[in-house]
Amino acid sequence: MSTTTGKILGGTGRYLDDRLHGARGLRTFLRKIFPDHWSFLLGEIALYSFIILLLTGTFLTLFFQPSMTDVVYHGSYTPLDGVHMSQAYASTLDISFDVRGGLLMRQIHHWAAILFVAAIVCHLLRVFFTGAFRKPRELNWVIGVVMFTLAFTEGLFGYSLPDDLLSGTGLRILEGVLLSIPIVGTYLSFFLFGGEFPGHDIIPRLYVIHILLIPALLLALISAHLFLMFHQKHTQMPGKGHTDANVVGQPMYPYFMAKTGAWFFFIFGVTALMSTFAQINPIWIYGPYNPSGISAGSQPDWYMGFLEGALRMWPSWHWNVGGYSFAFNVFLPALVPLGVLITGLAVWPFLEQWITGDRREHHVNDRPRNAPTRTALGMAGVTFYGIMWLEGANDIVSRFLNISLYLTTEIARYAIFIGPVVAYWVTKRICLGLQRKDNHLLEHGVETGIIRQLPNGEYVELTKPVSEEMRAVLASRAERPQIEAPDGDDVPAARGPVGKLRGSLNRVLTENIPLPHGNGHGNGHGNGHAAEPTAVTAGDAHPDGPEPADGDGAGA
Amino acid sequence: MSETHPSQDLPEEDGQQSRAPHRVIGTPPPAQARTLLGEAPGSPVPEPPRELPAGPDNPATAQTAEKVVAACFILSMLASIGFIAAYVGLEVHSVDATLRSNLALGLSMSVAFLAMGVGATIWVRSIMPNVEQVEERHVLASSETEREAFTKTFTEGAEASGFVKRPLLRRTLIAASVPLAVAPLVVLRDLGPLPGTSLRHTVWRNGTRMVVYGPDTPLRAADFSIPGQMITVAPEGYTENQDVLAKAVTIIIKFAPGVLVPNRPGQPGTIMNWTVDNIVAYSKICTHVGCPVALYEQTTHHILCPCHQSTFDATNGAQVLFGPAPRPLPQLPIGVDSEGFLIAKSDYHEPVGPAFWELG
Repeated sequence: MSTTTGKILGGTGRYLDDRLHGARGLRTFLRKIFPDHWSFLLGEIALYSFIILLLTGTFLTLFFQPSMTDVVYHGSYTPLDGVHMSQAYASTLDISFDVRGGLLMRQIHHWAAILFVAAIVCHLLRVFFTGAFRKPRELNWVIGVVMFTLAFTEGLFGYSLPDDLLSGTGLRILEGVLLSIPIVGTYLSFFLFGGEFPGHDIIPRLYVIHILLIPALLLALISAHLFLMFHQKHTQMPGKGHTDANVVGQPMYPYFMAKTGAWFFFIFGVTALMSTFAQINPIWIYGPYNPSGISAGSQPDWYMGFLEGALRMWPSWHWNVGGYSFAFNVFLPALVPLGVLITGLAVWPFLEQWITGDRREHHVNDRPRNAPTRTALGMAGVTFYGIMWLEGANDIVSRFLNISLYLTTEIARYAIFIGPVVAYWVTKRICLGLQRKDNHLLEHGVETGIIRQLPNGEYVELTKPVSEEMRAVLASRAERPQIEAPDGDDVPAARGPVGKLRGSLNRVLTENIPLPHGNGHGNGHGNGHAAEPTAVTAGDAHPDGPEPADGDGAGA
Repeated sequence: MSETHPSQDLPEEDGQQSRAPHRVIGTPPPAQARTLLGEAPGSPVPEPPRELPAGPDNPATAQTAEKVVAACFILSMLASIGFIAAYVGLEVHSVDATLRSNLALGLSMSVAFLAMGVGATIWVRSIMPNVEQVEERHVLASSETEREAFTKTFTEGAEASGFVKRPLLRRTLIAASVPLAVAPLVVLRDLGPLPGTSLRHTVWRNGTRMVVYGPDTPLRAADFSIPGQMITVAPEGYTENQDVLAKAVTIIIKFAPGVLVPNRPGQPGTIMNWTVDNIVAYSKICTHVGCPVALYEQTTHHILCPCHQSTFDATNGAQVLFGPAPRPLPQLPIGVDSEGFLIAKSDYHEPVGPAFWELG
């Protein structure tokens, strides 16, 4: 560093430190260690697409008019010349065809929104499957679940704003869902829409929620989310030297700053690239909203798909009790799947802690295979969500697979129950199988591909002990604390029905293949070849043995 | 993920520095190998050891990488200039012009960002020395002493405030907060009118002419004569009123004689008195969640809602055949006026559209 730069930095530093007392805290900040793993980038995608949304969204507010006043269009998009439409729709056409860069900004905004929710879902799954939600991070997990809910609500309200035929139909469905709520539904609908559907209030009201309320909430929650992550320090994947008492990685400055800055540029670049070449939400093709029009194959944005699917597959349950309607054909599909998913996600860390009795701090993540029941439950949840999501596009699926439309719904009605059970069972078997494979590697080492003939004519394959790094990963399966006391039956809490339930759940949830004896260090024992001393040892321990061309390489 | 590859051809003295320092922050550094060389006579007190190496792992690679990174940044700069040029130079105001502008702006923007990203990534990976550091974690829980001190401070504050000792103050404060919290909910009351019975009615009246939605022209029963036809109609005078159309929009279907299934007591079916010359009118608003039931299959006489695929039997009083809709599409009584135009004979006899609590 040149002296001049040093002087400038020093001067600025002194000026700020005199006023803010920042040197010590800032130094800690600069030296903060960030662990490295590709899956840690998923949350960053969500963060950066949110920033893209704020930037492009601000641009769009400068031109968009959230008004349902009827106007006759005379803009640049001639096919709609002379057509009655709301000012919101007309101004969206103007943004697309009469503002330079407007179409690009609209498309970046929409693509970034799709990416935002997708990144949140992937990040959430990563955190779930690696157990990164465990103590002390339960609160941050709950904040994340709240943000996930806010994110797709924000998306729904956002794509409703242009008041085109597709989004207007979405609002009509929203009205139907509100009306189905027992007792208060009709009133809620009239208050939200300012009277009967569609009225003249819904767009300006959604606009305020979309550009002010939810973004402000998200911004506050993101700040809390990042602060907690920073304060508690990031989790790390299992590896050599990675413990619950340390964090191994690269410092914030200059490494993490540069890498995350590059990542922001990549995300913005890819979003821009998609918006250049992949059309999204061409509202001029859909036309302005009218209550009588509809397009076949109408689909919401992907993140609303699971609710759409629930609406499609639910039976037509409707009961008239004492002169009042229980429209459970709409109310339950809108409420139950969302409720099951969000509540399940929110309470899971606490439930898991209660079942396992594990109240320790965890900073090294689980490999998903090392928590087979959790991973299996997660896959059951993914399947539950996925079937609803596919059913939300069942008309497309039916056309694509060339099967009856009704058959897709019938299949979904069974699959929603069978699918998660199958997914649970298959995932658990795969996880336990992978654990056995890890044990095998720990016990017998890696196959080298080198075949050796023993003096008695027997052929054996040489194996090589796994590297220290790999051993740390393979042997990372932590023991779980037992909830039962050594004399289990004498614990009063374990005798009641709740205690028994907890005991059974504990046995299921902590099911694991034990690590090999001696943590795998007794390499080469008990594999049936114990009598052959040369059978399973490192290749380099045999100077007289056939030397492989690539001495370090494990056989493919 | 990242591994350190110290370059083999470096002199021994530098080799120590170029390796990844692998130690816990806050602990004393290991003795430096350079002391083995012996201190130069009169050398000053050695500076504290570096936490990060000053130079790259591999200077030769770094030198090449520097050029590549600089090229990336120059490319990004050119692309940004190109973006501004495209903004100034390319007008919009037509579909084709918008297409060109979007392509130029989007492409230059993408290149500007991606080149920055690529450049920064190469910079980190090939120029900055690869390090791995370890930072200690501390148990998040405070010590018992600190917790007790906090509890004491909190209790003292509560005692000093008198919040615990003076129940009158405490209770009146709580009593004052409750209506204050309810007030913001009350002011939301004027968001909309009360529903009343408005969901039970549409604007259809005896004598209201049906106009074809779109051209807005009235329709003679005699002109709607081809069996299998389906048309969307609206009440005359309301074709631009979305609030009215959201409930009143109606489909009429023409059938061949004998196809319609008349209703019998206790059996579903089409109310034949409400039809004209085998033309039957149903609400177009799905009884599920209100999408327009716009698809009609002539051969099966099925009406299908494209949103959630509720299927109704048009011949049989629009009974539900499949899907989540709970009740048939309401049938509108229709007739013809003195000039032969199709008219409504009354309003719908039951509410149209999705179920609501008071529907019953």
